[in-house]
Amino acid sequence: MAVIDHNAELNKAGANVTGTWSSFKYFCRRYPLGAAGGVICILFVLIALFAPLLTGYDPTSTNARSSLAKPGGAHLLGADFMGRDMWARIIYGARISLIVGIGSTVLGCLLGVIVGLTSGYFGGWYDLIVQRLSDIMQSLPLLVMALVMAASLGPSMTNTIIAIAIPTIPSVARVIRSNTLQLREMPYVEAARAVGMTEIQIAFRHVLPNTMAPLIVLGTAKLGSAILTEASLSFLGLGIPEPHPSWGRMLSESAAEYVRTAPWLVIFPGIAISLAVFGSNLLGDAVRDMLDPRQRT
Amino acid sequence: MTATTAPTLSPSTAAAPTKAPAGDVLLDVVNLQTYFFTRQGLVKAVDGVSFQLKRGETLAIVGESGCGKSITALSLLRLIPDPPGRIVGGSITLDGRNLIDLSEEEMRRVRGNDISMIFQEPMTSLNPVMTIGDQIAEVVRLHQSVSKAEALKKAEDMLRIVRIPVPEQRVKEYPHQLSGGMRQRAMIAIALACSPKVLIADEPTTALDVTIQAQILDLIVNLQKTLGTAVILITHDLGVVAETAERVIVMYAGRKVEEAGVVELFGNPLHPYTKGLLNSIPRLDLMRGVEEAAPRLQEIPGIVPALTSLPKGCAFAPRCPLAEDKCQSEYPPYLEKSPGHWAACWRSDAVSGGRNHG
Repeated sequence: MAVIDHNAELNKAGANVTGTWSSFKYFCRRYPLGAAGGVICILFVLIALFAPLLTGYDPTSTNARSSLAKPGGAHLLGADFMGRDMWARIIYGARISLIVGIGSTVLGCLLGVIVGLTSGYFGGWYDLIVQRLSDIMQSLPLLVMALVMAASLGPSMTNTIIAIAIPTIPSVARVIRSNTLQLREMPYVEAARAVGMTEIQIAFRHVLPNTMAPLIVLGTAKLGSAILTEASLSFLGLGIPEPHPSWGRMLSESAAEYVRTAPWLVIFPGIAISLAVFGSNLLGDAVRDMLDPRQRT
Repeated sequence: MTATTAPTLSPSTAAAPTKAPAGDVLLDVVNLQTYFFTRQGLVKAVDGVSFQLKRGETLAIVGESGCGKSITALSLLRLIPDPPGRIVGGSITLDGRNLIDLSEEEMRRVRGNDISMIFQEPMTSLNPVMTIGDQIAEVVRLHQSVSKAEALKKAEDMLRIVRIPVPEQRVKEYPHQLSGGMRQRAMIAIALACSPKVLIADEPTTALDVTIQAQILDLIVNLQKTLGTAVILITHDLGVVAETAERVIVMYAGRKVEEAGVVELFGNPLHPYTKGLLNSIPRLDLMRGVEEAAPRLQEIPGIVPALTSLPKGCAFAPRCPLAEDKCQSEYPPYLEKSPGHWAACWRSDAVSGGRNHG
């Protein structure tokens, strides 16, 4: 008969997990892919934060002599047609990607929560109108919506954030609304009414905190697609304007003319975009698995 | 607006049938009617219920599921979901104010402050994502202008009052960290945090273990004595009634069918429904003698009629062993059969005469 080591089994199940550090270690062991995604995301954040310390070059200063310089030597990842250092542009580009990605996700979630919570909780004609509007918005692909928004608002960082945030409102609102529909029938909502709370107070103090788990899952999942949408908008010339270094724009500038002669101009921004999206998607999946016990295997 | 002394908000107190509720009557419910307008038709969930609650008294409302006792409780707080429900008639006078006439804003100040409620399900009546302390403090801050810290201090005191051990620790815990009995204690703490005049306990022990039930009832009775709160105890458990209540109202199909002091009601029921309820409780003293005539429990045959299609006469007549032709055709008047003992039955004499216990 096999001897069962109780402590080893308990450790595997995640008992003994106390404190921040040990629960962090547990997360890494339980979700190795998620941990990898987390590491990638943290790396991007660090790079974006400390960009000036990681390169001596200004991402916007041109230098005719180093035009199309090969990777290695003075320019770690080479230089583009105008002699701008690629490494500097990629790490400063991380700032843009993260600001736009996180900014639009946070803004989209915030507005989505307000819309979803109020329409789910109060219902009636307001809910009907909001839901039909979001049906209309959801019938268009995210990128097309963002394109229209960006084109009508004009290229700037704030406008790009808004252009990406607005098309994410309906999907967030849907999730929050369906949750709210269940939560508003909970006995503690009735109990809150019985102690004299107003409907608004109940909606925001009792219902909203209970929808946070799906919101966190949705938010982390949206981060990757927001980064990708920003790159796509910039690639199409509607996102971040020159001279800010944006990965999408770096691709479009070089793709047509230099892809044969200077492929590093395409390869490195491409890798940066893929890594960032891949990392945030891995993290998002792990967060979903962690917060939704029904999907745990 | 010049010489009047009573700062009454509602004009209707003057219209009370008798003179203004004197002395110790705290809550005076007169002819309360709560109807539900549904697709299946008109549901008279509460149809002309009247009762008085004295300061510090325990009144039990007893009846089967669906007899309107919970709707009566919710009506007192004006928490009937509208649509489909509405209070269509009657008055609820608390300390000289008719609650029916209050604005929603004024009513919110009554809820939790003057009248509180304990719900049946302590498992789901607490918000899972808020700490116990925050949930008690929230009610305190809603009705009193105190700081967050003072409210949390009050929360801790309340937990001590409802005898939760280590309250300074428990205020920081979430509902899932508490057992069912503890959660019900926390609910009681929330309900009593603002020292209400009336506490409505809607089947407070139904979801609890038998051993815990007794503790919770003891707690409610003791707190009532120390705090002077009047309690309306809604239950279908006559054992609970016998232990805690002073007066009992029996409801059937949305109406009051009998009302008496607890000893009188248990000893001398005058409505066949009340008697049926009493006969359906197992009694050890009757089971002891094997040769005794009726060791089997007696159930009430049939079920509660659908409230959409009540019979013309007495609603209990189809299930009543004593029913006559008159019972089928005419609703019996609600009369005081002996001092303080009211019943609505044509055949009360037969009920009290044909007792088989005692």
